[in-house]
Amino acid sequence: MLPMNKLWLGLGGLVVAAVSPAAMAAWGLNMPKGITGISRETYDLHMLIFWICVAIGVVVYGVLIYSLFAYRKSKGAIPASFHHSTKVEIVWTVIPFVILIAMAIPSTRVLTQIYDSSESDLDIMVTGYQWRWQYRYLTEEGEEVTFFSNLATPEEQIYNRAEKGENYLLEVDEPLVVPANKKVRLLLTSADVIHSWWVPALSVKKDAVPGFVNESWFNAEVTGTYRGQCTELCGQDHGFMPVVVNVVEQAEFDAWLAEKQAAAAAVAELANQEWTLDQLVAQGQTVYTTFCMACHQQNGQGLPPAFPALTGSAIATGPIADHVTTVLNGRPGTAMAAYGALLSPVDMAAVITYERNAIGNNVGDMITPVEILQIQAAAQ
Amino acid sequence: MRRKQTDNTQESVRTSHLVSKLALVVVGMFGFGFALVPIYDVFCEITGLNGKTAGRATYDAAVVEVQEERLVTVQFTANNNAGMSWQFHPMVNQIQVHPGELTEVKFYARNPTGMTMIAQAVPSVVPFVAADYLHKTECFCFNQQTLAAGEAIEMPLLFYIDQAIPDGVSKLTLSYTLFDVTANFLNSSSNLSAK
Amino acid sequence: MATGHDDHHHGPAKGFTRWLYTTNHKDIGSMYLWFSFAMFLLGGTFALVIRAELFQPGLQFVEPEFFNQMTTMHGLVMVFGAVMPAFVGLANWMIPLMIGAPDMALPRMNNWSFWILPFAFAMLASTLFMEAGAPNFGWTFYAPLSTTYAPSTVTFFIFAIHIMGASSIMGSINIIATIQNLRAPGMTYMKMPLFVWTWLITAYLLIAVMPVLAGVVTMMLFDIHFGTSFFSAAGGGDPVLFQHVFWFFGHPEVYIMILPAFGVVSEIIPTFSRKKLFGYDSMVYATSSIAFLSFIVWAHHMFTTGMPLAGELFFMYATMLIAVPTGVKVFNWVTTMFKGSISFETPMLFSIAFVVLFTMGGFTGLMLAIAPADFQYHDTYFVVAHFHYVLVPGAVFSIMAAAYYWLPKWTGNMYDEALGKLHFWLSFVGINILFFPQHFLGLAGMPRRIPDYALQFADFNMVSTVGAFIFGFSQLLFLFIVVKTVLGGKKATAQVWEGAEGLEWTVPSPAPYHTFTTPPLVP
Repeated sequence: MLPMNKLWLGLGGLVVAAVSPAAMAAWGLNMPKGITGISRETYDLHMLIFWICVAIGVVVYGVLIYSLFAYRKSKGAIPASFHHSTKVEIVWTVIPFVILIAMAIPSTRVLTQIYDSSESDLDIMVTGYQWRWQYRYLTEEGEEVTFFSNLATPEEQIYNRAEKGENYLLEVDEPLVVPANKKVRLLLTSADVIHSWWVPALSVKKDAVPGFVNESWFNAEVTGTYRGQCTELCGQDHGFMPVVVNVVEQAEFDAWLAEKQAAAAAVAELANQEWTLDQLVAQGQTVYTTFCMACHQQNGQGLPPAFPALTGSAIATGPIADHVTTVLNGRPGTAMAAYGALLSPVDMAAVITYERNAIGNNVGDMITPVEILQIQAAAQ
Repeated sequence: MRRKQTDNTQESVRTSHLVSKLALVVVGMFGFGFALVPIYDVFCEITGLNGKTAGRATYDAAVVEVQEERLVTVQFTANNNAGMSWQFHPMVNQIQVHPGELTEVKFYARNPTGMTMIAQAVPSVVPFVAADYLHKTECFCFNQQTLAAGEAIEMPLLFYIDQAIPDGVSKLTLSYTLFDVTANFLNSSSNLSAK
Repeated sequence: MATGHDDHHHGPAKGFTRWLYTTNHKDIGSMYLWFSFAMFLLGGTFALVIRAELFQPGLQFVEPEFFNQMTTMHGLVMVFGAVMPAFVGLANWMIPLMIGAPDMALPRMNNWSFWILPFAFAMLASTLFMEAGAPNFGWTFYAPLSTTYAPSTVTFFIFAIHIMGASSIMGSINIIATIQNLRAPGMTYMKMPLFVWTWLITAYLLIAVMPVLAGVVTMMLFDIHFGTSFFSAAGGGDPVLFQHVFWFFGHPEVYIMILPAFGVVSEIIPTFSRKKLFGYDSMVYATSSIAFLSFIVWAHHMFTTGMPLAGELFFMYATMLIAVPTGVKVFNWVTTMFKGSISFETPMLFSIAFVVLFTMGGFTGLMLAIAPADFQYHDTYFVVAHFHYVLVPGAVFSIMAAAYYWLPKWTGNMYDEALGKLHFWLSFVGINILFFPQHFLGLAGMPRRIPDYALQFADFNMVSTVGAFIFGFSQLLFLFIVVKTVLGGKKATAQVWEGAEGLEWTVPSPAPYHTFTTPPLVP
């Protein structure tokens, strides 16, 4: 079962990497050059320091290897007796110091650029959740566009029951969309634990800290899709919260944003539609998979004690009002978050109906989006 | 022991002196770990590290000179911490102000749940350098907010931008994160200090 | 305090009570070493679970939640259970022998500082069998993942850390007292072997930062159980504060794990080069500078947390500076070998590998110091490769070098040189197959602490896992070699190695139960 050819490929890669920097990119061995001015500067800095290290390495390892061959006892080497030289010590203190200054100058220049987030064209709030990203476009006018970006890779692929797709674990249901050649400023925060938002091609990695806001920015020069991941351990599904950014032309971005704004307006509309139990269950399955499954599991059995089972539970099979309250407001002091502010009334109604009529439950009742709206209003 | 007895006594005196000193270092460093907490807060306020803003400021219209020729954009955002079910958002997304000008904006909050809840809003400013130049004379974040079931409130924020704000800062973002502190508040007389 | 006991003319007691009640530095040193080896195997087992899961993309063996427990426990057990106790064991055995002292200055406390360790680790390991599972927030346990969002077993973790800290603090106080007060007449500070010097500095680092670690876990305990808000923004605290306090401990901790290794290598290289260590004075000064710098660089672990520009620049420059004294040490070792008369016994092989591979870790460390580039490297496998190059072929290889170097002194028997060399070459090849590809994985964008990864990372992960199993199983050979040497073998002379110098080589092999009851004369 061990694919030896892959192993040799990998070992071959090591050798290639050691001899040829040009081959690094092709083998996916080196940092990507990226598509922003900062990412290219960072890459150049990285390579500069890499080559300085190589040069120092050649000298140090050269002397070391020469000594190991030239001064062997087995070849009758007689040890010299010198063991001290202030002059030499000073020389090899000063020379590295000078090299360090040479490194510090370009590093300082790049860092200063990275910290200049002024005069942005577009501001986006990025909020980390366990385990998804939320993007909010801070536009001055029009309906606010807010959406979650969830891992789109199906569980079958993760558990090796299906062939893995090309962008395995690096694909989302809704990517972040930004215009090309515009300064996009990100405001990062988190709703729970610390996350970190990273897209290598943009050379942006910044922590999202609960209660605090960080900022970063990029100016993507090439359209396309760029992928990254959360890089701060944030719990169970830390490895499963990718970042996908679509860089598009300004006109395309404007159209996309207008469409999203219209869709946001339409959500309220949708809530007033007639819904059947089957429709809600079907819609609810998607919502469940996205928001509930990580903890309560696909079959509703949960992961006790932290994440209780829904199948046969008092909440999911008891009075529907309690069920709604739990999902809307969460359970303080437990891992159960409040979804009232996160889910639309449609999704809220759908997932509750789903939980009562699937995953091993068969209560037979349902709740409509309108009723959810009423419950939220009634609390007033 | 073949070592001379006098040596031994001297040695053990020296050792116990040394050990006492080292034990003091240990206790001191344990204390220093805790001292890092206030040190960090002071450091944050001085440098604006982490976008922490200072506490209540005063505004004296007679003293503060308004710079009519400069405009700074102030952007407001609101976030809910996980487990916080309130509706919470600024009533204006951004405004332009002159440095030195006292401005009032409002944030909307509503408790959609069926129970009384207590919330604490935590402010944060980016860019960090701007945090020092944002002075709040009144803020809902100075106190916990208690809302009964279904109650809604418009919460005021009165602030001005310091005239000394660097020219490079043309826009700053003031962001609030709302935390549910009902449990802390009911169960213990915890140190919910107003920020 | 007693510098010996009235039963000095007796040999060791018989049976288990010998080990339970012993105040003999050699017995305690041996117990530390055996304990650390057991922890090395335990932590290694956790590592192999991690590498097995990462052999191929997809989840095969463990769930993500358990994977996180494995990364956490691997880190904690290796840092606090394997590397640190091993160096304390070496210190116990060798420092009195090297400075001509009859025992450690505080023998009874010595017994204590060892015997609380197994309880700490038993408590930590027992969480694996609890319903809530073991700690799963990484060995760096960042709040609020380790506080508000932690499994209930975090309390056991906190108390285990407290006990480990107490053990380290007692151990260090003992080492400082021994070195400063029990040196044989004539053994001035600048005549002390470098292993003693590096340990003296390490011990000071330990008493300075272990209390800070105790403080940070105490704050966690209060946040979790007593409603305080040190690390919670809701109550006026700050999660980033946790990282500042943790790394104020954590960065010196890194040097705590490498400075004694510098000392070991500085003993071995001159012996097998048959030439005095080059630049002894500069080695002492370099070690001290590194220790000092370790206190002002902590936030380079936090470049992406959002610090003001001035803070980033300060920590970047300070971190880059560490390259200077570290470079001086490497140049000194190389120059010691230059024009020597080198032979390649196992301790020397491990020491040469140390110089070569530690320097690799030094280079990547320098790259990581560059803040703009660190934004790309941070929390990726590039960092994993970096610190494993420093800690495994660095700290762990030096411990193995030390074990081979002093094993004849401890047991009176020579180890099997052919097997020793085999162990070295398996380890050397294994370690590089294991960690070298991780540089590429990190640069190509693979975050650390993930149980599953995108397809472009598959090949190198497979290579890395193969290396891990080669390296892991080679360590059983080490166990075999040590046991074989303890049981018998060619008798060792007092000097053992042709080029060896120092007081420890003036006592017979095996070293008698009590040594230097009369202080030796140091010329």
